[in-house]
Amino acid sequence: MTTVIAQEGASPVGPRPLETVARIASEVARVHADAVDREGRFPAEAIEALKRARLLGVLVPASLGGPGLGLDEVAAMCEALAHHCASTAMIFAMHHIQVACLVRHGQSSPLLRAYLTELNERQALIASVTSEVGVGGEMRASVTCVEQRDGRFTLDKDATTISYGEHADDLLATARRAPDAPRSDQVAVLLRKGDFTLERTSAWDTLGMRGTCSPGAKVRSSGPAEQVLPVPFADIASQTMVPVSHVLWSSVWLGIAAGAVGRARAFVRQQARAKPGTTPPTAVRLAEVHNQLQTLRASVHEVSSDAGRRMAAGDPEALSSIGFSLKMNNLKVSASQLVVDIVHRALLICGIQGYKNDSPFSLGRHLRDAHSAALMIGNDRILATNASLLLVLKDE
Amino acid sequence: MTEAIRNILKEHGRLSVDISTLTDAADLYQAGMTSHASVNVMLALEANFEIEFPDKFLRRSVFSSVSAISEAVDEIRAAR
Repeated sequence: MTTVIAQEGASPVGPRPLETVARIASEVARVHADAVDREGRFPAEAIEALKRARLLGVLVPASLGGPGLGLDEVAAMCEALAHHCASTAMIFAMHHIQVACLVRHGQSSPLLRAYLTELNERQALIASVTSEVGVGGEMRASVTCVEQRDGRFTLDKDATTISYGEHADDLLATARRAPDAPRSDQVAVLLRKGDFTLERTSAWDTLGMRGTCSPGAKVRSSGPAEQVLPVPFADIASQTMVPVSHVLWSSVWLGIAAGAVGRARAFVRQQARAKPGTTPPTAVRLAEVHNQLQTLRASVHEVSSDAGRRMAAGDPEALSSIGFSLKMNNLKVSASQLVVDIVHRALLICGIQGYKNDSPFSLGRHLRDAHSAALMIGNDRILATNASLLLVLKDE
Repeated sequence: MTEAIRNILKEHGRLSVDISTLTDAADLYQAGMTSHASVNVMLALEANFEIEFPDKFLRRSVFSSVSAISEAVDEIRAAR
């Protein structure tokens, strides 16, 4: 085994982080995926393995002691994890969405810079608190506000869902800027472990993505006022949170689809072995679904590298242009539909063996997880946004 | 021109405060304008001033205040 000796201040993440993630996916996440799903419990083993391999700080730039990997590398990691456990992959994706927001919008603040260094050192897991009772699923509106006095903030929020909130170290929450600010004038606030309490208000007994453990909760928090991010949440959302979410979520869905096609392929091979010399009829169906998987993969990779290039360019306008927003939104809608279609076709190939929960070709979990995709920021909401963007877009 | 812009904002900006209480430099987003409302503001400006906002003008900052909108309209007209 190779030992990587870290330089002073550098993160000792391994030399091939994607290979490490793929190994954790198959050796840890896969082993516990069925139990995580059945019991609706947090994938503690896989997240612990990711922490031990120091993979929670990979977006932290070298200037703050991290490895500073690119968005497409994290996207590939999300895909690899989702081959075996979509809940683990989605938690990993959601964590990196929060880290990306802090890396890209928090660095003018010494306190937030120090936090990012510490996040990488401690391998802290961050969850997001954007949802709220009373805003109807609109991320860009808040009811609650942050109050600042004598260098401290207080923030209390009644959230409808907080994914893995009870398992997270820290939280990133949205709120109105001040008591007299309108619903859309929001800021993001970092809430540190020990500075907040969560009081669960609902359960998380869902069809799929059961391991993300996302019940509603009342959050009560306070802390130093410097933990209020210095830029408007509108900019964070349009330049980072939305594009990074769509790229990483789509990568998770690509991984679910690839995992399902992998099971279908194994099933067809087994059939072929049973009758040597003949091609089983399911092989043609496999060719069809493999074709669709390639379409999905090409689309996710193209948009993810485009987003990565735009982020690396450091031009905020490049990320908030209408053309790019449409492209991102289209990726989310098409990937979330294709994943369901691909898993369904894989199920038809595996037949009863795919329908059974206790067979090696079982696809029930994949199918249930895939159906979350259209609901995470509902596709209808996204298409309505695109409809309005297309009213003003002139070029293509 | 700022009067026409103010009327359009009154009708389409969905501000949470009365536009007449805001200065030309006041931040419209902090006054409650959403990005969805800014699309309607832009369409109304295009109709009213018989202009088309090029894609590069479709930025949050262009619609951030009455004076920013006014400057943008001037610039688009000058480029014709």
